[in-house]
Amino acid sequence: MPKRELVAVGLVAAILVFALPVCNALPPSSPLHLPDFTLNLFGKFLAYAILALGLDLLWGYAGVLSLGHGVFFGLGAYAMGMHLMLEIGARSVYQSALPDFMVWNRVTALPVFWQPFYSGAFTLAAVVIVPALFAFAFGYLAFRSRIRGVYFSIITQALALSAWLVFNRNEMNLGGTNGLADFKTIFGYPLNQAATQRGLYTATAVVLVAAYLLCRWITRSRAGKVLIAIRDSETRVLFSGYSPARYKLFVFVVSAVLAGVAGALYVPQVGIITPAKIGVLPSIEMVVWVAAGGRGTLVGAVGGAVGVNWMQSWLTTSYPDLWLLFLGGLFMGAVLFFPDGVSGALARVGGRVRDAARRRPTDVLAPAGRQVAP
Amino acid sequence: MRRLLCVLFIAWLAAPAAGQAASLSPAEAERTLQALASDDGDRREAAVAALGGTGDPKWLEFLAAFRDGNVYVRTKSGVTEVLVGGARSTRGDHDVIELKTPYDGAARGDAPLSSLKEVAADRRLRVAIKPFLDADETKLQLADPDPAVRRGAAIKLGNRADPRSAGVVEAALAEEADRWARHALAEALALIRLGGTETPARVDAARTLGNLHSATALPALRALARDTATPPTLRAVAERATGQIERWAMLTATVETLFQGASLASILLLMALGLAIVFGLMGVINMAHGELMALGAYATYVVQNVFRASWPGAFDYYFLVALPVSFLVAAAVGVVLERGVIRRLYGRPLETLLLTWGASLIIQQALRLWFGAANVDVASPRWLSGGVPVMADLTLPYNRVFIIGLATLAVAAMYWLLFRTAAGLRIRAVTQNRAMAGCLGVRAGWVDAATFGVGAGLAGLAGCALTQIGNVGPSLGQNYIVDSFMVVVTGGVGKIAGTILAAAGLGGLNKGIEPALGAVFAKVAILVVVILFLQRRPAGLFAVRGRNAEA
Repeated sequence: MPKRELVAVGLVAAILVFALPVCNALPPSSPLHLPDFTLNLFGKFLAYAILALGLDLLWGYAGVLSLGHGVFFGLGAYAMGMHLMLEIGARSVYQSALPDFMVWNRVTALPVFWQPFYSGAFTLAAVVIVPALFAFAFGYLAFRSRIRGVYFSIITQALALSAWLVFNRNEMNLGGTNGLADFKTIFGYPLNQAATQRGLYTATAVVLVAAYLLCRWITRSRAGKVLIAIRDSETRVLFSGYSPARYKLFVFVVSAVLAGVAGALYVPQVGIITPAKIGVLPSIEMVVWVAAGGRGTLVGAVGGAVGVNWMQSWLTTSYPDLWLLFLGGLFMGAVLFFPDGVSGALARVGGRVRDAARRRPTDVLAPAGRQVAP
Repeated sequence: MRRLLCVLFIAWLAAPAAGQAASLSPAEAERTLQALASDDGDRREAAVAALGGTGDPKWLEFLAAFRDGNVYVRTKSGVTEVLVGGARSTRGDHDVIELKTPYDGAARGDAPLSSLKEVAADRRLRVAIKPFLDADETKLQLADPDPAVRRGAAIKLGNRADPRSAGVVEAALAEEADRWARHALAEALALIRLGGTETPARVDAARTLGNLHSATALPALRALARDTATPPTLRAVAERATGQIERWAMLTATVETLFQGASLASILLLMALGLAIVFGLMGVINMAHGELMALGAYATYVVQNVFRASWPGAFDYYFLVALPVSFLVAAAVGVVLERGVIRRLYGRPLETLLLTWGASLIIQQALRLWFGAANVDVASPRWLSGGVPVMADLTLPYNRVFIIGLATLAVAAMYWLLFRTAAGLRIRAVTQNRAMAGCLGVRAGWVDAATFGVGAGLAGLAGCALTQIGNVGPSLGQNYIVDSFMVVVTGGVGKIAGTILAAAGLGGLNKGIEPALGAVFAKVAILVVVILFLQRRPAGLFAVRGRNAEA
């Protein structure tokens, strides 16, 4: 890692992983105290940032636009949620060992696919493996037959719609429209305690840093170069003797796993997961985080996820009518005026300032995705 | 002796109920009313039967008042009178009620409520009264000028199969001219006779029911065919009729599924047509297509309101004005969208997809802010409500038939536009090779704008048609958009034939699977089918072959 980048990433990581939880642990009277609510909100944003990293890897680097990442997010989130539901045990409203919604739906025995989720280790494995397997199966079928471009986007959007429809059904035994909620503990630690939430936040921040390093490693590797080549001209890569389908499948699975992990970290911090989080709209909103932050740069994806969600939590409380208008404007603006997002725009401005200072012509790289179809 | 007299009395009272409607002499009426006011349940029931059996509207009116607790007994200077209550008022601290005699309704002054005894109708009596009032209602309906109402009344009578209504049905059948009302009346009559006691009549009825393919009679006929106590001749006929009806029911169900499939396919086609043309020409998936549909639907709503306010007399024809208006509104917005933003992104389909999605969110929210988040009410013109009865038990709603017709017309118009006009020639040229067309003097930018406008207009037209079959709300487009994308993806780029085939295939498949899997899993199954289909044909049904295909 170049020294400057090492310092910058290290600094941000240190702030996210150590400084914020420490500030939160300070007594409320201290001027540096960070309220529990804010830390919790940040935990949610950082979970989204993990997902955005995966999406950026897929879209910004390999040029594959998935409009169905909410599904993988949901798979991870529901896996974790199912474990948390079972941890509630008889402390639920109906004091039955079964989750409350099963009592409403007159389910008498725990469905078989719920059974293994009693085990925490299995759940943690499932958070990774279930989205990975699903993404592998879907991606294999899609990439093998060279479904690409808008075709792939449309198919993934249909996937998001189908998943939303299915998760809404009561007979799936996944809580229907109300989803999974009312969690009490996670691995024995009570969720309503500030210390537990701080621990969850720290875990999210650590995973985010690890995910960043993983994605950075992938993009710097030979495979990363092939991914960028696929984005810029898949046909040429194919004719050069590479198999784009394999690379795309690999990156699709990695990005699905990151989405699943993000979902699993999201659930205990937010306390609820419903089908509304995995449908068509949330899935495409995830894309706008990356688009606004700047695709093709990992930092941009993280910044976009945090920034857009921060805007959302502010706008939806202060001006609820404006949020959708803003989101739509962000989509259009990001595509029209900032094709490489805020980070790209900043880099361009920074580059120009530096050039002006040094009075030297530049060789600005062509922004990502500017290639014109032949 | 007293008991015997009582039985005789009941028999006498009940006699008219057995069929021969008779008017009551004043003395008889008086006696019956006194019986009604008595405490003896059997006598009271017999009295109800006697009054109802007259079939006289005035007595039926009295029974209705009795059922509603509006009949009182007044005892004045030793004379007990049964009276019907009228308007109530307050005088001093008394509630006072006006009184009338039953039947002729002569005024009998008024009296404080507290001095009267209500003749309450208990549950048993209310049950006894109901058939008389219902029969009266159906009789009125049987004389209704609207054949659909007459048919409904006949079906109701058939379901009830009350032997006492046989005469009414027969009389109505003799005068009925409308085909479907006749059918329903004949069915009702046979149903009534099937429940009778005389075997020859029942055999006849069973045979008629079989020939009429009466689904209502199926359970009864099945039971007769199974029951060993049934006379053998009747049993054989019932068995034959059951088979006849079952085969017919299967045929009806098939036709119905086909029709529903065709109707869904037409909706998909109307929505996907504009999308597919734009996709073929510019390689752009227009995510705002659904919102353009919503715009068309809201344009219809506005036109309807204008007609309601300004020309209520011509209200039935608002829809004919709404069709072109919704086309033009959506087309105008589409052209603005294309000229304003989409053309800047030519050759970057994924970015265009996100851009149009952003536009869709803005349009959607604007509609929500302007018209409110709740669904708005769009009334069907009279000529689109109701349906064509093509078979017994199968009515094809006019609105669905209309949509099938509109989709056919839209496809024909698009074919004409693309293959019979100069503009169509230019569109096809740009679709095939943009650069070469440009070299030959075709203004590609204009063609893009015009085609996008036509595509958007078709979306508006689809939205206008959707107002007749679904809810109109700001998120209307979202409900259908993914389905129409699937049609475009399955159909392939740049060929209307592919879109038509894909719409027909997916619509038919959806309705075919739905009975077995339910609506949700049918959709999931469609997704799986499309993905598997794309394994074999990654570029859809009709892929463009040649060097240009590889983008």
